[in-house]
Amino acid sequence: MTTASLRLALVGAPNTGKTSLFNSLTGSRQKVANYPGVTVERKSGGFVTPEGRSVTVLDLPGTYSLRGRSPDEEITRDIVLGRFDGEAVPDLVLCVADATNLRLTLRLVLELKRVGRPMMLVLNMIDIARRRGVTIDLERMSQELGLPIVTSVAVRKGGVDELLKRTDEFLARSHEAAASQWTTPTIADLKAAQREADRIIAAAVTLPTKPDTLTNRIDSVVLHPVGGLVILAVILFVMFQAVFTWAQPAMELLSDGFSALGQLIHDVMPEGWGLLQSFLQNGLISGVGSVIVFLPQIIIIFLFILLLEDFGYMARAAFLMDRIMGGAGLHGRAFIPLLSSFACAIPGIMATRVIDNRRDRLTTILIAPLMTCSARIPVYTLIISAFVPATTVWGFVNLQGLVMFGLYAAGITSALTVSAIAKFFLWRDHAPAPFMLELPDYKMPRLKSIAIGVFTRAKMFLYRAGTTILSMMVLIWFLASFPTAPAGAEGPAINYSFAAMIGHALEPLLRPIGFNWQIAVALIPGMAAREVAVAALGTVYSIEGGKEAADQIGQVLAQKWTLATALSLLVWYIFAPQCASTLAVIRRETGGAKWMVVTFIYMLALAYVASFLTFNLAQALGLH
Amino acid sequence: MTGDPNSTQDNLQDIRLGHADRGFVGKIIRLDALVTGSSLSPQELEQRLVEMGFVEGARVEILHEGTIRRDPIAVRVDNITIALRRSEAMAVIVE
Ligand SMILES: Nc1nc2c(ncn2[C@@H]2O[C@H](COP(=O)(O)OP(=O)(O)OP(=O)(O)O)[C@@H](O)[C@H]2O)c(=O)[nH]1
Ligand SMILES: [Mg+2]
Repeated sequence: MTTASLRLALVGAPNTGKTSLFNSLTGSRQKVANYPGVTVERKSGGFVTPEGRSVTVLDLPGTYSLRGRSPDEEITRDIVLGRFDGEAVPDLVLCVADATNLRLTLRLVLELKRVGRPMMLVLNMIDIARRRGVTIDLERMSQELGLPIVTSVAVRKGGVDELLKRTDEFLARSHEAAASQWTTPTIADLKAAQREADRIIAAAVTLPTKPDTLTNRIDSVVLHPVGGLVILAVILFVMFQAVFTWAQPAMELLSDGFSALGQLIHDVMPEGWGLLQSFLQNGLISGVGSVIVFLPQIIIIFLFILLLEDFGYMARAAFLMDRIMGGAGLHGRAFIPLLSSFACAIPGIMATRVIDNRRDRLTTILIAPLMTCSARIPVYTLIISAFVPATTVWGFVNLQGLVMFGLYAAGITSALTVSAIAKFFLWRDHAPAPFMLELPDYKMPRLKSIAIGVFTRAKMFLYRAGTTILSMMVLIWFLASFPTAPAGAEGPAINYSFAAMIGHALEPLLRPIGFNWQIAVALIPGMAAREVAVAALGTVYSIEGGKEAADQIGQVLAQKWTLATALSLLVWYIFAPQCASTLAVIRRETGGAKWMVVTFIYMLALAYVASFLTFNLAQALGLH
Repeated sequence: MTGDPNSTQDNLQDIRLGHADRGFVGKIIRLDALVTGSSLSPQELEQRLVEMGFVEGARVEILHEGTIRRDPIAVRVDNITIALRRSEAMAVIVE
């Protein structure tokens, strides 16, 4: 792409389909979901129009006005006004509106017109509008607004053809950008603009006599004061049960596959290739393989989250939880970032950009890593399957799933508690920020976008397994294999290795919380990513066990650890700051190392204290 | 443009949206952000409400309410649904 390429910017109210358009124009796969505030960054992509113009297009966070009251909205404002460092002002602003819901976007259009950039209005989701019987007199509206208008269906093949054609036509003519007359609108300006927008809508749009009631009917169940909370609990509960029960067959298949592969390598390798054989069998298969086994669970949890996001449930869950969150001193918009942190704290922390108040945003960032991210699943599952019997309680509940649910609940409770404490001690005078959120209409989740979403996540997981985790495993295998045991030494060779030295050096620190040296060895590389700990344990125990250790890691743990140690490690992982990338994102998003250090220290302290209590309590109860 | 803070009872039929029950249907008369329990300044609160479409003449209906103290509420404003807390809805005078 050359500097001569034309620059387009997608601007519009939240949840109008800007990112869907961006994806469809550029072939990207940026995150799309049915709630306001999905996009919080500027994303750039390129495409070539049918007539061969090369175009750069920017996807921007949604905003109701150019006022820029939160960090994400500031990005949009700065781009549109040409104030963004290193980004030229767009040649053409594509203002994206949801055709079923024009009021707020049309007011934004009127505000954007004052900026004076060449502009085109895109009425997206025209499929839904037509289905509902909304008719829009495009000519009239275009006249009233003084702008070209084009309709689109961002999520359908061919749905942006007209947009492409009109963009070409538009770019073929030369356009004079007027000087910007934009000033921050006053309340009176906003009201006047809204009246004007309403007038145009009244003139150009005919609404159906029978409005859409499906969303309303679903909401009267889902947002029922009592029933709604029950449904939310059931959804979460089913999700964690499913992570265990549905994933089981696929996981067994994978794990048997890796065992067979290890055995095969063992059998096929000629004698004298011991070192390579150990590397393949212990480092690769017992290490990386033990992480890949969890792929089915990762897929299931993302499937659930993506379905809920696409359906439009997230904003409802935020509604139901608002009072509880507010009670813990959290901002009303903190809920969705925290829920995204179930997948991974990094997008969760990024999503806090929608929070306008800095203190509220900081609190949310501080507690986001306490939400149980998907990288903890391998650790939790490994220990749970080794120590908790897969029995059924109360007739239908899988006990392992129940424990998993408990761990998630512990994460949520501790996050709310930390927030309440932070508020009480640090920011006592700070009144709770308001909650104002658009509840979008429900949409049928689209198979293709769900499939793409799940596929992207699975790929990311495997990519991590192949890069971060693999490189850590090579290191651990090396540390656990060298130096080799002296001739005539007793006990497993690993006892003479660097790993054992490091582990033994750390052991005194960790003994009070019940960790042995093998766990100590696993915790350090586990800083890179939580799953690494599972892989590290796999490798360490597999090397220690020698050649015949074809046993799966779970069975080994069940023999080697007491229940008290296992519980202590579970609790450790609820709290411990075991993820370098999360800390890096906190540093970037808060603009300095201070809050990163605060997060690290408070989480580490919590983890140590909680594990200490768990271990000692468990021992006192005689859980060996 | 908003009245003096003590005059909450301009007209007998006028009530604050924050006091209304589920099922309430009405029309926005004006905004008065001076006496609410919100943490926002009156100016900022009014601006946000306007940005979300709460302007004079708009039709409002309370569709749903939360569990604890019937808070927050989901309000239909013309043809979109906005969730907000009652303390902020106090600024909306409806009839
Ligand atoms: N039926 C239909 N659904 C659409 C269309 N465009 C977008 N959607 C859906 O609308 C929802 C919102 O789409 P996004 O692309 O995430 O909207 P956005 O404007 O980027 O939202 P923010 O980033 O939050 O500002 C998603 O559930 C999309 O699948 C369309 O043309 N037709
Ligand atoms: Mg987006």
